[in-house]
Amino acid sequence: MLTKQVKQLLLTIVGQGNYDDSKVECLVYSYDATPGFQAMPDAVIKPGCTAEVAAIVKVCNEYNVPIVPRGSGTNLSGGTCPTEGGLVLLFNRMNSLLEIDEENLTATVQPGLITLDLISAVEEKGVFYPPDPSSMKISTIGGNINENSGGLRGLKYGVTRDYVIGLEVVLPNGDIIRTGGKLAKDVAGYDLTKLFVGSEGTLGIVTEATLKLIPMPETTKTMLALYQDLDAAAQSVAKIISNKIIPVTLEFLDRPTLIVVEDFAKIGMPTNVEAVLLIEQDGPPEVVERDMKRMADICLEEKAVSVEIAETESAAVALKTARRTALSALARLKPTTILEDATVPRSEIAKMVRAINEIADKHNVDICTFGHAGDGNLHPTCITDARDHEEMERVELAFADIFAVAIELGGTITGEHGVGAMKAPYLEWKLKKEGMDAMRAIKQAFDPNNIMNPGKVFAKETRKRVVVSS
Amino acid sequence: MTTVQERETIAMQFAEKMNEDELLNCMRCGFCLPHCPTYIESGLKESHSPRGRIALMKAVADGVIEPDEDVERSLSLCLGCRACEPVCPSGVKYGHLLEEARDIIHQNKKHSYPVRTIRKAVFSGLFPHQERMQAMTSLLGFYQRSGLQYMARKTGVLNLLPDNLATMEKVLPKVPKKSEMKNRPTDLPAIGTPLKKVAFFSGCLMDTMFLETNKATLKLLQLAGCAIVIPKSQACCGALHGHSGEKAGAKQLAKRNIEAFEAEDVDYIITNAGGCGAFLIDYDHLLQGEREWHDRAIAFKNKMKDISQILVDLRFQEKVRLKLPAQSVTFQDSCHLRNVMNTSLAPRILLQSIEGIDFREMKDADRCCGSAGIYNIVESEMSMNILDSKMEHTKSTQADIVVTANPGCLLQMQLGIERENLGECTKAVHIADLLIKAVAL
Repeated sequence: MLTKQVKQLLLTIVGQGNYDDSKVECLVYSYDATPGFQAMPDAVIKPGCTAEVAAIVKVCNEYNVPIVPRGSGTNLSGGTCPTEGGLVLLFNRMNSLLEIDEENLTATVQPGLITLDLISAVEEKGVFYPPDPSSMKISTIGGNINENSGGLRGLKYGVTRDYVIGLEVVLPNGDIIRTGGKLAKDVAGYDLTKLFVGSEGTLGIVTEATLKLIPMPETTKTMLALYQDLDAAAQSVAKIISNKIIPVTLEFLDRPTLIVVEDFAKIGMPTNVEAVLLIEQDGPPEVVERDMKRMADICLEEKAVSVEIAETESAAVALKTARRTALSALARLKPTTILEDATVPRSEIAKMVRAINEIADKHNVDICTFGHAGDGNLHPTCITDARDHEEMERVELAFADIFAVAIELGGTITGEHGVGAMKAPYLEWKLKKEGMDAMRAIKQAFDPNNIMNPGKVFAKETRKRVVVSS
Repeated sequence: MTTVQERETIAMQFAEKMNEDELLNCMRCGFCLPHCPTYIESGLKESHSPRGRIALMKAVADGVIEPDEDVERSLSLCLGCRACEPVCPSGVKYGHLLEEARDIIHQNKKHSYPVRTIRKAVFSGLFPHQERMQAMTSLLGFYQRSGLQYMARKTGVLNLLPDNLATMEKVLPKVPKKSEMKNRPTDLPAIGTPLKKVAFFSGCLMDTMFLETNKATLKLLQLAGCAIVIPKSQACCGALHGHSGEKAGAKQLAKRNIEAFEAEDVDYIITNAGGCGAFLIDYDHLLQGEREWHDRAIAFKNKMKDISQILVDLRFQEKVRLKLPAQSVTFQDSCHLRNVMNTSLAPRILLQSIEGIDFREMKDADRCCGSAGIYNIVESEMSMNILDSKMEHTKSTQADIVVTANPGCLLQMQLGIERENLGECTKAVHIADLLIKAVAL
């Protein structure tokens, strides 16, 4: 509960109508897309400008009120669940596309802008913003920046971090800083821009961003390679990369995932094969043609049963759109879907796929796997029922094993979804104590009162490491 | 206002009756958000989104929050357009959850006396009785023909009505005479080779206020090769009841219709109102748990088809030459036709088959127009906001004709045209009325 005094101060800043502490409003911001996380905030607030954000932060810092900045609540790490109460801060009123600068190839945006709206707006001008998380139709740029979101095009074009070149940030003490700028080069001081990207709202509040744009690729081609053998599909991925081809997209879907996605999308995805790779390349026509042919040959050499090129652009779009629904479509099988995004070096992808299947067997849980195979970033997804506590325990053990194997293979516990509340207990496995200490020192320097999204990234307790016999 | 006791009963019934599997099936990905008209029009308020509403229903069922006025507000502001369903990768049956929740609230809440009286008159006294619907419509006809309408408009009495009601009065169609409504054959032969035998669901509004559209529909069916039977004992589909938390009334009507139509041995049951069709096709859900009826409801449901779908299935547009003077046309989807009956391509195929027509797809044609049964009367502010956005998109098509596939949508689009003063250059019509004009007889 916020005190009357705090409530009054906040109301003075944003005005009636932009502050709400009713049960209903609090409840609908008590969750995000992560299963198993729900907690009521004390109030929901909608600032209209950076100055209002700064004023809110000052009040919160003085009275020790947690702040959880939230975009559209699509994240998968419990990152925007107000686990310690406080204020959920929304950007519905700060959602403008401020500028597309065609001379410098940059876009300047407010955090509440929907990702797809940005992508469409810049593409109208013939420029390209590559990061395309599966939730791009819903997610906000602010959310993408805080989570450093990836997407289907990450393999060739990188993730959100690679496109953020300047930020306006409100620090936990209420100071407003500007980092970077419309600059291709800038080494003046520490790279705070990149530090804030992926900081999950724990260091400050992003109130404006300058994004790098690139020229639109001339052409795009998309194909599906079909396999009756998971291993062969995974081998193809490694072989494409080792043959020095970097496609835009190199996605993996196993059979259970294919079945549910087809059940929803009804676009004629194959459901009688064990796995498919969804492959896309863009660029000048001759390069695209050559790469697609080489990749098709590699897939066939690696025992793909067939390779099908999408005949039209709309067919290609349908395939990618369907792929983006994979996680939600898996909920058709069972009510709870828990997904991870353990990531390994690309050469290890086949080993990882095998390990995931062994771990599923060992703990007797159902795991479907899809993901950005070309990035080494898989999304093993456990389909379960949160009401079955015994099974939920086994699910947790299975994921602990998956994290451990990923780290053993030189990988990480999360490739793109963030640590949030969900993976915080595992972070030390990856960073070791010294790494955690370094991060804590940074957090302490920015946010000594721990008001910024508390309970995320830093766990109260690290989970005990299980020893995996592989 | 709900009393403490009412809230307790409502909360208890949420826990007992709401389908827990369905509530859990929503995994909160938010894919529904960009498709929800009230989420968009409310400035992206989660409490007015499908994901938010499901979370609220679950929270009430779990005892996390009370079913207070704000919960009720969130649920009553939902259009029930079900645009969230086809885009839900998890396949959550939102419409079913909403109907159950509304039923629990309305059955346990003591409405104020005037609201109670109106609900009783409408739900028990009027819609289930086709002869009363005819009488009511005749009254409207008397009003229109007697000079009363002229007087009412002249004297400015109508200005006493809320803005959109006064405008709505202007756009009501010229209704048929009572004798016309009563005298119609119950069997019509196919014209040309008979291909299918169909039963026609005439609908209470369609068969009174929009009788001309029903006549056009029947003629189109005949031309497509359908022998038609119009079961006399059919009743209102019950959608109005179902959407307003009067499930018991809806069930009674459903049973009457199932009996009326299963007595006829037909290939299909045809409607020309998306709103009715969607409710009819959901009878199996409405009657689930009633063992004797459930299977019969499934047999009924499997025969349901919209007029545009059967015309395309029977390749009407290839067999009959369709031609109109040069004009531009756009199509506003009926939400229930598209989202529940899964019919969106057929009307477009038909329209594009008419010679002389320049078909222009409207932006967000699949988004609700804000009519939604009686929503435009009870939630007029939100409805008019939604309609204003719709009219922006309509205007940018510069179409001469806006085609619809449901009486509610038709009236709402006419209302929109009237509000924007576009009456001179734009008209809204039902697809059957346009097609019959295009048939070169």
